[in-house]
Amino acid sequence: MGPETAKAVTDTLYDGPPDYRTVGRHRLLPTTTHDQVERYNFLAHLNRHLASQVLPGIERAYVEEMIPAFRRRHGRDPESRHEVRGTLEVHPLYRTWSALRRNTMEMRQQAGLSVVLPQIRELVERAGHASKTSRLRLDADVSPPRYLTAVDHHCMPGSYFTERVPDDVSAPANYDSGLFVTTGGMLGRFADGGGHGMVAFVKARRPGFSPRRILDLGCGLGHNILPVASAFPDAQVTAVDVAAPMLRYGAARAASLGVDNVEFVQADATDLAGLEDGSFDWVQSIMFLHETSLKALRRVMAESRRLVAPGGIVTHVEQPRYDGSMPLFEQAMRDWDAFHNNEPFWTKLHEIDLDSLMVAAGFDRERLIHAGVYAIADGDALPDAAAEHVEDYGRKPAWHVTGAEVPP
Amino acid sequence: MSGDCHDEPTPLDALRLAGAKARGKRPWFFDDPDVERVLSITMAVAGELAVLRQRLDTIEELLETRGSVTREDIEAFVPDQAHAERRGRWYQEYLARILRIVQQESEAHDRDEHTSEEVGERLGRE
Repeated sequence: MGPETAKAVTDTLYDGPPDYRTVGRHRLLPTTTHDQVERYNFLAHLNRHLASQVLPGIERAYVEEMIPAFRRRHGRDPESRHEVRGTLEVHPLYRTWSALRRNTMEMRQQAGLSVVLPQIRELVERAGHASKTSRLRLDADVSPPRYLTAVDHHCMPGSYFTERVPDDVSAPANYDSGLFVTTGGMLGRFADGGGHGMVAFVKARRPGFSPRRILDLGCGLGHNILPVASAFPDAQVTAVDVAAPMLRYGAARAASLGVDNVEFVQADATDLAGLEDGSFDWVQSIMFLHETSLKALRRVMAESRRLVAPGGIVTHVEQPRYDGSMPLFEQAMRDWDAFHNNEPFWTKLHEIDLDSLMVAAGFDRERLIHAGVYAIADGDALPDAAAEHVEDYGRKPAWHVTGAEVPP
Repeated sequence: MSGDCHDEPTPLDALRLAGAKARGKRPWFFDDPDVERVLSITMAVAGELAVLRQRLDTIEELLETRGSVTREDIEAFVPDQAHAERRGRWYQEYLARILRIVQQESEAHDRDEHTSEEVGERLGRE
């Protein structure tokens, strides 16, 4: 490479992930040493490298090798994403990419938990102090459902609910600490781009919308509901989740960020008997449905319908639909998380007729909502999801809203 | 975790817990799991080398700008935007170097090419 070419390379716009040190700070965020930060930076870059440098080669090999080989063998093109998966999973490049990607997930978990566990006592203490001044309602009778206990989602040892120490917050602290790494900052400094995206969506759809009460299902540590709560400061927000550690941390985190209109309630979104019929103007979830089950999904939709107020709106944000416009290759690549990253229901969700399920739950077919939505990341130094050109089939926050309007 | 569960885990306990396997049978992608095991270890070592390289960069930066360095300075160090981008570019170059074989496998033209031996046979006849 001549000196001029070399200069041209360094002059190109930097499009890698932001340094971890730009992550949004609050009192609950685990502290990190220099080397722990760089371990995160390495993983963010490895994720990005796999998406931008390795994945395009798989697509080329699919078009140039796998499809022709499939045609020779079957006399036709693949007709389902499962057939495409069959061709991918025996290809050396797909295997190499998969082995590396699985490793990034496992390494990220070890990196995060090794940040959190040595400071767990201090984190528990901080969460305890903060949650006294915030709004937290735990219920020891709520136990984790089978869809959470069967596997540890996205390779997170102990899942969301494990109590390693009394009043534990290690699971959410690990989740919060490392989310910036897995998404390369595309969800924003506070990993709340999904919430910001939904605020923009609802405000555009319903100018002047002024909900009195908002319900968030499967809130986790509440990262997405805080922008919603801040955008509607007069609303009372109820955020429910089955996992006590997530709620303890979420309540304390909200208090630390100065958001005081969210109540964190331990409850199962499939049975919210404690909440009154028609009492929420907006019922929503973000990235919750794909971690449930068909049985749970029916119940969640039924509860959404029961709890939404006349004239209210229901929105559930999920991964893009595998509809006719999505190439089978993309569908098969998106399924990677289902088979190789402990997201078992991820692929099944796409085989379910959500519209019929919502109609069965009592929504009007004519008032159903389907729309695309992007995460909106705060901060100039962060990548813009809407403008992002690198597709990694699963991490890029370009999503789909399934929902419904309810007649007044 | 050893001892009273109210205690903070010792560093070794913490690492053991941090490295725990997630519930759910692990997928293995290569025909020979030994190969995948070595790949996993190699990537972990690659990560640790990157950490060390960035620590060195931090020390160099502190020495250049302040003329001295303490461990506290290293922990408190935050690169400015331009420096963070330089470090980011270093990561990109580093990964491109260590994953060279993956890049070469993914380059399409390899599929239509002949081995050197095949070319030699032909050249010996022409």
